[in-house]
Amino acid sequence: MFKKNMAPRRTQHVGAGPSTEQSYIYKVVLLGSTAVGKSSIAFRYVKNDFRESVPTMGCSFFTQLVCLETATIKLEIWDTAGQEKYHSVCHLYYREANAALLVYDIARKGTFARAKLWLRELEKEFLPDELVIVLVGNKTDLAAEREVTFEEAEEFAKSKSLIYMETSAKSNHQVTEVFMAIAHALLKQEQQKEPALRPQPWKKSRVDLQEPSNQTKKCCVN
Amino acid sequence: MAADIHKKKGWEVPNGSLVPADGQPTERSESPTPGLAQGMEPGAGQEGAMFVHTRSYEDLTSPEDGDVVSRSSEEGRGDQADQTSIEQISKDFSELSTQLTGMALDLEEEMRPSQEDKMDLSLQTARRDSARSEKEDEDVTMETWRMHQKHVFVLSEAGKPVYSRYGSEEALSSTMGVMMALVSFLEAEKNAIRSIHADGYKVVFVRRSPLVLVAMARTRQSEQEIAHELLYIYYQILSLLTWTQLNHIFQQKQNYDLRRLLAGSERITDNLLDLMARDPSFLMGAARCLPMAAGLRDTVSTCLQQAKAKSLVFSILLSRNQLVSLVRRKDQFLHPIDLHLLFNLISSSSSFREGEAWTPICLPKFNSSGFFHAHISYLEQDMDLCLLLVSTDREDFFTVSDCKRRFQERLRKRGVSHALQEALRTPFYSVSQVGIPDLRHFIYKSKSSGLFTSPEIEAPYVSEEEKQRLLELYQYLHSRAHNSSRPLKNIYFTGPSENLLAWVTSAFELYVCYSPLGTKAAAVSAVNKLMKWIRREEDQLFILTPQTY
Repeated sequence: MFKKNMAPRRTQHVGAGPSTEQSYIYKVVLLGSTAVGKSSIAFRYVKNDFRESVPTMGCSFFTQLVCLETATIKLEIWDTAGQEKYHSVCHLYYREANAALLVYDIARKGTFARAKLWLRELEKEFLPDELVIVLVGNKTDLAAEREVTFEEAEEFAKSKSLIYMETSAKSNHQVTEVFMAIAHALLKQEQQKEPALRPQPWKKSRVDLQEPSNQTKKCCVN
Repeated sequence: MAADIHKKKGWEVPNGSLVPADGQPTERSESPTPGLAQGMEPGAGQEGAMFVHTRSYEDLTSPEDGDVVSRSSEEGRGDQADQTSIEQISKDFSELSTQLTGMALDLEEEMRPSQEDKMDLSLQTARRDSARSEKEDEDVTMETWRMHQKHVFVLSEAGKPVYSRYGSEEALSSTMGVMMALVSFLEAEKNAIRSIHADGYKVVFVRRSPLVLVAMARTRQSEQEIAHELLYIYYQILSLLTWTQLNHIFQQKQNYDLRRLLAGSERITDNLLDLMARDPSFLMGAARCLPMAAGLRDTVSTCLQQAKAKSLVFSILLSRNQLVSLVRRKDQFLHPIDLHLLFNLISSSSSFREGEAWTPICLPKFNSSGFFHAHISYLEQDMDLCLLLVSTDREDFFTVSDCKRRFQERLRKRGVSHALQEALRTPFYSVSQVGIPDLRHFIYKSKSSGLFTSPEIEAPYVSEEEKQRLLELYQYLHSRAHNSSRPLKNIYFTGPSENLLAWVTSAFELYVCYSPLGTKAAAVSAVNKLMKWIRREEDQLFILTPQTY
């Protein structure tokens, strides 16, 4: 079963490529506590650089093209703010996502607990196969201060069938790999889908946003 | 006459649901002295203003303060000022001269910077560079902490700390308790504490339920101006939470720790306080425009205007706190305070340089009960040009993002990208262009457009301390000119290092700084020349033809 507003953005052809290979657009969202490194991970992946960043306001949006042998994937990355005051608008950012990164700081136990809470929230919103979820333990450069062991997180990830990886945005450890893992998992998911269930390719990528979506409640609009 | 061209009814603002009722003159005044009547002064827009009209500095605060007395006296003064002309200014000055020579002496005494202050300033500058975490480490029992020029505290009515400019809030909880006790003590007597003056300090209280804001300042600002800054801090908090949410929270739980919700945004408040201490925009209650050729600005504005969407209310293009262009929805006006909060938001966060930000933001003077969604992005990586698109619909990210793309495309098609880049390279003009030898610096504000212009601060105001001192002098003149009990129209101030002149009419405000060697007569005649220069350059220095969607 698909949710009504889930389907349209899932698979679409991005322009007319020279080859016959498939093109897809996927929405990827980064979630987690304040200062676990969500923006740094996004920044490392998109710009391959690191800088001490300041807390994100609302969310930041990036796009990145991933060219695989069988397909070209455009990732739309939504980097959300971890602060509490934005929690009320967060569902806006992860709604209709295809993949989520649950980021925690390996040197702060509390952020791991928070990542579990995020997972519970996502489970309420999505069906089990709808969303590719990666549990990301960031800041492996702070291994000396580690509070969450690799085994503990891995076991948890296994029990919830999540992908688990540890990264360091600062020292450029495994960041690209996380996104590649997401890309592969999304493709795999795509191929496993029954062809009949596959939604029709859309001509333009933005169309669905202009259509009235019947699930939105406008509580904060003037 | 030229008066007919300008006589438009563009001022009438239908009081739509979104626009707060504000004193709007129904028509531009017909004055026999064009150039000085409101709406006719240099810098006045031809099509009407972009901002909620604020006739004066008092206007910005009086709706809350209910300061009816000062307001009516302000209006009375305005009528008189309509009669003023450039020729008349010299007469005014000679009339005032007796009074001013008496005043100049004690002014000089009051304004002379002491050694102590200088030390303080350098401390402050040092802190500006350091990160917020270091600030948190500051020991509140140390002398250096006490020595700061201006402390700002925000607390809840239950006495819980919400924000402190220096030092961690936890360490100050007992101090804040005392502050709340003072407020409550007087409230029990059906009275309200406004300020305490002691030992060179001013302690100013502003009560905006459910919050109490306190400043402890050693600056020479008036109580009124410090209170004004505190109101900015209050609005800054509202812009993150909305008034509705703030009240709701404290209705639910009186002793709620608001720092939980404000976590991560302290630096925005820090930045606002630093900005207010060095940017005259806040003092003037106006915005500064990036100087550029009128044709270029019009082209950019048209491109911006054409890249519209249904949900857009304001499209703002800015460069380092200077306005390049602002397009608004017809009948919707932005308040200068809201614009300043947006400027501050952008300048306080480097994260907007990457990607596209989409963030909820409340514009408290526009509507304090709801959030807009702002799309914030820089046009080019290495260019200081930030585009801010304010939308009413939080679902509209992709539509608004597409507006940005369309705007950029139009800029390219019209071939103005390069010219725009050139304009950004010279964000300030030099005062020497005016061609008045003794002139060092000035601030000129057109009241009807809500815009001001000011040249680059040059020698001898090179160091941060000197720049700050100049701004303090302007602040001082401003506070004298706008003193609610005894406002002044013309001030001539002779100091040890410079002479200053202030001239406030219903149409404009002018603050001029001269070298200390000039005479008063020369200063007054130079004003004439300066006004002519501003008039000649007005299409570069101001936005004369603001656009609407």
